[in-house]
Amino acid sequence: MTVTRRALLAGGAVAGVGAAAAAGLAAAGSGRSEGSAPAPVPVSFTDIGTGRVAFHGPRQAGVTTEPPAHAAFLSFTLAKGTDRQALGRLMRLLTDDAARLTQGEPALGDTEAELALHPARLTVTFGFGPGLYRAAGLASPVTDLPPFAIDRLEDRWSGGDLLLQICADDALTVTHAQRMLIKDARPFGAVRWVQRGFRRSAGVHAAGFTQRNVLGQLDGTANPRDAAMDTAVWNPDGSTTLVVRRIRAEIETWDLLSVTDKENAVGRRMTSGAPLSGRDEFDEPDFAQLDDTGLPVMPDFSHVTRARMSDPRLKILRRPYNYDEAPDAQGRPDSGLVFASYQADIDRQFLPIQRRLAEKDLLNEWTTPIGSAVFAVPPGCSAGGWIGERLLA
Amino acid sequence: MLTRTVLASAVLACAFLAGCGSSSEPSKASAPAASSAAPAAALTVRDPWVKAADTGMTAAFGTLVNNTGADVTIESATSPASPLELHTMAMQDGKMVMRPKEGGFVIKAGATHELSPGGDHLMLMKPSAAIKPGDELSFTLKLSGGGTVAFTAVAKPFAGAQESYDPGMHGSMPSASASAHS
Repeated sequence: MTVTRRALLAGGAVAGVGAAAAAGLAAAGSGRSEGSAPAPVPVSFTDIGTGRVAFHGPRQAGVTTEPPAHAAFLSFTLAKGTDRQALGRLMRLLTDDAARLTQGEPALGDTEAELALHPARLTVTFGFGPGLYRAAGLASPVTDLPPFAIDRLEDRWSGGDLLLQICADDALTVTHAQRMLIKDARPFGAVRWVQRGFRRSAGVHAAGFTQRNVLGQLDGTANPRDAAMDTAVWNPDGSTTLVVRRIRAEIETWDLLSVTDKENAVGRRMTSGAPLSGRDEFDEPDFAQLDDTGLPVMPDFSHVTRARMSDPRLKILRRPYNYDEAPDAQGRPDSGLVFASYQADIDRQFLPIQRRLAEKDLLNEWTTPIGSAVFAVPPGCSAGGWIGERLLA
Repeated sequence: MLTRTVLASAVLACAFLAGCGSSSEPSKASAPAASSAAPAAALTVRDPWVKAADTGMTAAFGTLVNNTGADVTIESATSPASPLELHTMAMQDGKMVMRPKEGGFVIKAGATHELSPGGDHLMLMKPSAAIKPGDELSFTLKLSGGGTVAFTAVAKPFAGAQESYDPGMHGSMPSASASAHS
């Protein structure tokens, strides 16, 4: 049934001239080489729904994949008695769901199969918390972060044994994938928390453009790129680690600041994202540069100064999403960042940065960590395999 | 309950077809659909799955694909997990009831035949143990020509498919359940 439907969709696309090129682009994007590639054309909106990201491979998708517009982070608490054998059953089910849904195929037993037909670059990424390793009788490669003085952590946003990061360029696609995955996961555990987030929608600006967060800052400029991203993020076996922190933005007090104050807190221009010592967003900050009064142009309390990591192997890949829940009766926002960072090693890469930020970072005045969780992200799998098979089989 | 037991033994009694085992094509549940262009067996089972059940009857679903130019008839099915019946759904007295499929499932030449909640299905009449989510169950379909087709189906948590075995199956409506299975 799905094959017929897909063939119909493809046939329909080829019928239109503009859409034909679009179909070619979608094929290229999903890794299906069709021989004669059509000339590149501007992204059209028909591509957005059909875009596919390969699920199978030595590394999980959704990590160094360009982040799409919408995300749901789902954390589960395993039911008592969920042992290694049960975890194997769980991960086979979830892997199969993810492998199908990300390719625009309904999950087995999909009750709303039509909702699966627009993958919109859907990715599903699995993370294992310390509790999952305990349940399996294995040593955990990750441990909860130590407490920081700036933390105001709430249980309802913290911890978890199993994490699913669901990302797509369409919110309904995320919703459907979330529903199907939760249905298969709940015999094995309870939903601990769900954090939904968003970035700019597809097509709003070019891929690779640095996102803005709800405080208006460009967010992610210092991310490692290309080969540096590979070494910063991936272990040789294809695994990585994920830190998820819910960072509330104190927008009411941020609003009181002048633009200059905001720029000093961050160390970058609000308009361009350029470091205060430079002109363009990607200019390397010059922490030695002094102003007329003999003070560093990059204030030593600024976020960029405190978070800087010159060794590319020690950088982290920030992959955050904004959140924006309903304001309270006084109109005060409930907004912030679902901060997500990927790094090969939390202790070596994330903790030193986080310690420096917790110790001194002017931006802490307007940001409050209210949730925190860590997960090991196991390697990907090949067709017929399942995520976690090397640990749990 | 009495009805179920009687039915189960009836199935066991007629499970006389010894495996003529030739054309078996294990179909892996996790393989994405529509990937195989290889020369296929007469019949393949695409995307098979079973509704997980702690106790009692349950059902298996999937898409039967006839790769030949002739009709294929499935006469019966077996599984180590449970006695099986081929069931279909039919309207009776204004409600959908299930009943054994007379003459088995016929898959037209080159066509597909859906086994789905609310439609034709393989009924697991009396599973010998709980069928847990993620379990993998083996099945063998017996074709009218004497061939068999083996496949493995994964068990999924599934809230639907109630109509397949609940309505009319309880003690309050013994006549309905009897007629649905005779």
